[in-house]
Amino acid sequence: MPEHKTLATTGNLVVAEAMRQCAPDVVAAYPITPQTTMVEEFAKFVAQGRVHTEYVTVESEHSAMSACIGASAAGARVMTATSAQGLALMWEELYIASGMRLPIVMANANRALSAPINIHCDHSDIMGARDAGWIILFAETAQEAYDNTLISLKVAEDSEVLLPAMTCLDGFITTHSIDRVDLLDDETVKGFVGQYEPDSPLLDDENPVSHGNFAGLGGPYFEFKRSQRNAIDRSKAVVERVGAEFAEISGRPFGLVETDMMDDADVAIVVIGSSAGNARYVAKQMRTEGIKAGVVKVRCFRPFPAREIAEALKGMKAVAVLDRSESFGAEGGPLYLEVRSALYDLEARVPVVNYIYGLGGSDVQLELMHQVYTDLSDIASGAAQSAGLRYLGSR
Amino acid sequence: MQQLTEIRWHARAGQGAVTAAKVVAETALAADQYMQAMPEYGPERMGAPIKAFTRISAEPIEIHCNIENPNVVVVLDDSLIDVVDVAEGLVDDGVIIINTCTPPDQVRAALKVGDGVRVACVDASGIALDTIKRDIPNTPMVGALIKTTDVIDIEVFKDLLAKNLGKKFGQEMIDANFASVDRAFQEVTVG
Repeated sequence: MPEHKTLATTGNLVVAEAMRQCAPDVVAAYPITPQTTMVEEFAKFVAQGRVHTEYVTVESEHSAMSACIGASAAGARVMTATSAQGLALMWEELYIASGMRLPIVMANANRALSAPINIHCDHSDIMGARDAGWIILFAETAQEAYDNTLISLKVAEDSEVLLPAMTCLDGFITTHSIDRVDLLDDETVKGFVGQYEPDSPLLDDENPVSHGNFAGLGGPYFEFKRSQRNAIDRSKAVVERVGAEFAEISGRPFGLVETDMMDDADVAIVVIGSSAGNARYVAKQMRTEGIKAGVVKVRCFRPFPAREIAEALKGMKAVAVLDRSESFGAEGGPLYLEVRSALYDLEARVPVVNYIYGLGGSDVQLELMHQVYTDLSDIASGAAQSAGLRYLGSR
Repeated sequence: MQQLTEIRWHARAGQGAVTAAKVVAETALAADQYMQAMPEYGPERMGAPIKAFTRISAEPIEIHCNIENPNVVVVLDDSLIDVVDVAEGLVDDGVIIINTCTPPDQVRAALKVGDGVRVACVDASGIALDTIKRDIPNTPMVGALIKTTDVIDIEVFKDLLAKNLGKKFGQEMIDANFASVDRAFQEVTVG
C-alpha cells in the first residue's frame, strides 16, 4: 500500500493514526464513548508493535491524566484522549498539567455533560476546561482532527510554549462518521514533529530537579501564574508558525480563524466545529437570495484570537455567535462572551446576537442556519432587535 | 445523478445497513468521489429500526447533519413500512428501493408516494438465502441500488467487496456475494 494515502475513515481512527505517527513514549487512557474507538485503535497499534509506546491502562480518567503528568514530568512524550464525564473527572489534573508546563497532547471527543445522561455532541465538556491553561484547537472535519493533532503536538513541545494542548473533535459527527481523509506518510510526520527534548526531566539524575512544589503564601505562586499567561500568549505566534509549516507539507491551509466570503459580507455567523460547513453551505445559498453572508470559523480557541476575530467582523451590519454549550447565568454562551468582548474596542459598534444550538447532539439541519441568516438580515435592515439569547432548533 | 446524492438507509439492527452505507461510501472514494457515511446512533438492540446515511459528491461535502430530504431511500426490511415513515422527506423525483416480495405497484400504494418517485422492489432476502445462505440482505441491496441509480460503479464495488471479504473468508464466499449482487442487479423491478 502506498504510504501517502486517501482513506474512507473516521475522525477517531485518524487521530489514533496521528498518535501512532507521533510515536509517544507513554499513553495512559481510559475508554469513554465517543472516544473509545480512538484508544482501542491506538492500543491495537501498540499490541501489533506498530508503535513503541508504554500504554498504561488505568482505572479512571483521574488516573489517566495523573499517569500522563508523571510520565511527562519524567521527560516522556505523552498523549491521551477523553470525552465528557472523563474530561470532567480530570479536572484538577488539567490545571496541574498546565501549571507544571507539561506538553501533554490530548484529544477530546466533544460530548454533552450529564445530567440528564446524553452521549452525543456538544461543547459543554471542553468549554468547562477553557480556563485550565491548555491550548485548545477545534476540528471541523476528520481531516482537521488529524491535522490539528500533529500541529498541537509540535506547538505544545515548542520551547517557547511548553503547555498541554487539546485537540477537539465533535462526538459522533466527526469521531464516528466516515469521511474522506488524506494522511501524510510516517517519515513526513516524523520530520515535522521532530524529536522531543524535555526541558527539565525528572529522570535526568545529573541535573536533579523537582516539579510542582509548594509555592504558598509569600512563595512564587502568583509569578508562576503570570508566566503561564505569558506562555499561552506567546503560543499564539507559535500556533500560527507551526500551522504555516504544516500547510507547507500538507497543502492544507491552517488559520487561528478561518473566514469565508467575509470580504464583502454584511452579516456573519461565528461558529466552532463541525457545524461550520453547514453555515458555509447556507451562506452561499443566502447570496443567491441577495443576502451577503459570511462565515468566521474559530479553529484555535485557546489562545483566543480576539484581534483576528475583531478584524474579520469589523463593519458587519449584524453578527450571530453560535454556541454549542451553555454558560448558565452568564449573558450568553462562552464563545459569544469572548467574541463580543473582542469587538468592544472597535470604533463602530457591531450588533451581535447569540444562539445556543445543538446541545446533546441535537441535529443541526441547514434550515437552522438559514433562520440565523434571515434573522441577521432583519437586524441589519433595522426590522428586528439585536438583543437577547436565542435557542436554535430547541422544541 | 445530480452533484450531491443523499442516500438514507432503513433497516433493522443486524441486517448490515451500516456496513452497506460504509461500503458504498468506500466505493465512491475508490472512484475519487467525496463521501460521508454515518449511522444515526441510538439504542443498539438486534432487530430495532435503525437509520444510516451516505452522501456522495464529485465536490468536497461540507455539511454535517442527518439526511432529511434524500434522493434515494433503501429499505432492507419491508416490515418497517408499517413502523417507520420510510418515504419521509424523499425528494419528488427520488427513488425508493425495498427488499420485498411484493410488486412495486402494491408497495407504491402502501407508501403513498408521488408519481415522480420511482419504486424499486427486489427480493434481496430470498437472493441472500439462495447465494450467501443467510438472510443478510445488505449486499444484494447494493446491487439493486447500483442498477436503479448508477451512483456507484458495479465493478469498483465488487473489487472492494472482494478485498473486504478476502480478509476473513475464502473465494467461495466472495463468489456467493458476487452472485447476490448480480442477481439483485438483474431482478430488481421498477414501477
